[in-house]
Amino acid sequence: MNLYTYASPANFYVLAGKLIPWFSWGAGLLAVWGLYISFFLAPTDFQQSEAYRIIFIHVPAAWMSMFIYLVMAFWGAIGLAFNTRLSFMMARALAPTGALFTFIALWTGALWGKPMWGAWWVWDARLTSELILLFLYVGIIALWAAIDDVRRGDRAGSLLTLIGAINVPIIYFSVKWWNTLHQGSSINLMKAPSMAAIMLQGMLVMAIAAWFYTIAVALVRVRRIILERERQTDWAKAILENE
Amino acid sequence: MHRFLLAVLRRDLTLAARRRGDWLIAQFFFVMVASLFPLGVGPEPEMLARIGPGVLWVAATLASLLSLTRLFADDHHDGSLEHMVLSPEPTVLLVLGKSIAHWLIYGVPLLLIAPVLGIQFHLSWEAIMVLELSLLLGTPILSLLGSVGAALTLGLRGGGVLLTLLILPLYIPALIFGAGAVDGVMAGTGAEAHLSLLGAFMVLSLMIAPWIAAAALRVSLE
Repeated sequence: MNLYTYASPANFYVLAGKLIPWFSWGAGLLAVWGLYISFFLAPTDFQQSEAYRIIFIHVPAAWMSMFIYLVMAFWGAIGLAFNTRLSFMMARALAPTGALFTFIALWTGALWGKPMWGAWWVWDARLTSELILLFLYVGIIALWAAIDDVRRGDRAGSLLTLIGAINVPIIYFSVKWWNTLHQGSSINLMKAPSMAAIMLQGMLVMAIAAWFYTIAVALVRVRRIILERERQTDWAKAILENE
Repeated sequence: MHRFLLAVLRRDLTLAARRRGDWLIAQFFFVMVASLFPLGVGPEPEMLARIGPGVLWVAATLASLLSLTRLFADDHHDGSLEHMVLSPEPTVLLVLGKSIAHWLIYGVPLLLIAPVLGIQFHLSWEAIMVLELSLLLGTPILSLLGSVGAALTLGLRGGGVLLTLLILPLYIPALIFGAGAVDGVMAGTGAEAHLSLLGAFMVLSLMIAPWIAAAALRVSLE
């Protein structure tokens, strides 16, 4: 079997249709499991008491906000380099979810910051760069919305995504490069995590749930985009008439 | 190759010299925005000196946006832009030439006005010198990154507002380091670190922005 088969929108439409139920159910079940760990199994933190539990949403959302941006930049670069139509569609399908997770990360961060730091918002490097990420998402979506010509819109949006990608390492390393109020990351591949194993487990389960959710909604969205763009073709017409 | 760059530069500067009103607007905008702040927040010298560097930097970024919408638009309207892109000369040089011309028209006058506004904001001489230095390093960044936005939004309805939305997030590092340098001098921690980062950011934009803007220009014109 040749993987490039699925670079064709017609084939990918079918594949995406088969994958969506798996990822949706996976996301749902993992989220239930993750939330159960977060709220019932994980112990109360001795310093932050119950309020720390927001990290089970906050950290996965923050990870996804950066990761989705990189995936968008990746698909944009592939599309610009190899002129593949599906890559641009993937980039477009991912952007709203990325913006959503960025907003969730900022929002939950504010809810956590109020009891912990005594402030909803501080202008430190981590928070500011994450806010810039939200602005970038909004700018890219606005650019796509403003350009009616699909081909031009795809390319223009991808170029903007690429130039903004430099922000992602800045967010990630901001807690190391600057002396910020936001604490450094608790999880590091190189050393033992500075948190209880059950807390780590809850966070990872929630992260995988967020990941599955992203894949599921991106696939739903990309199927809509494929149908919209391929509406002149026979196979798309057949699907549209049946629905 | 550099003859093409010089030709682009000379052309844009000649055009600007013949239409003086156009680029003076951006400078007056800069002066007016900066002058609104003392009226809005009150005339206490200590507070003005405290907010001055940031206000002047924000005003400088906004003034650059005002003139950037027209960076390619006029040439696009009369069709000369397509000819220049279709010519055998590299588009990167065209974009670079236009960015440099934009900086000479917008950035250099701004550097001349900024000390006067610095006095209005009761900045010390030392702070004004660092402000000049930070604007000298920073305004080319605004012109270079702005050329990307101008190329991406070329010919779109509501292009001016969209340009603002796309480019302001990319300006933020320049704003932070630029205003931070002046703040550093006033706080006594020194401006060197901020100015070095600002210089690095300028070199980075100089290396990347013309290529992205050239690609964006080709996308917008095809």
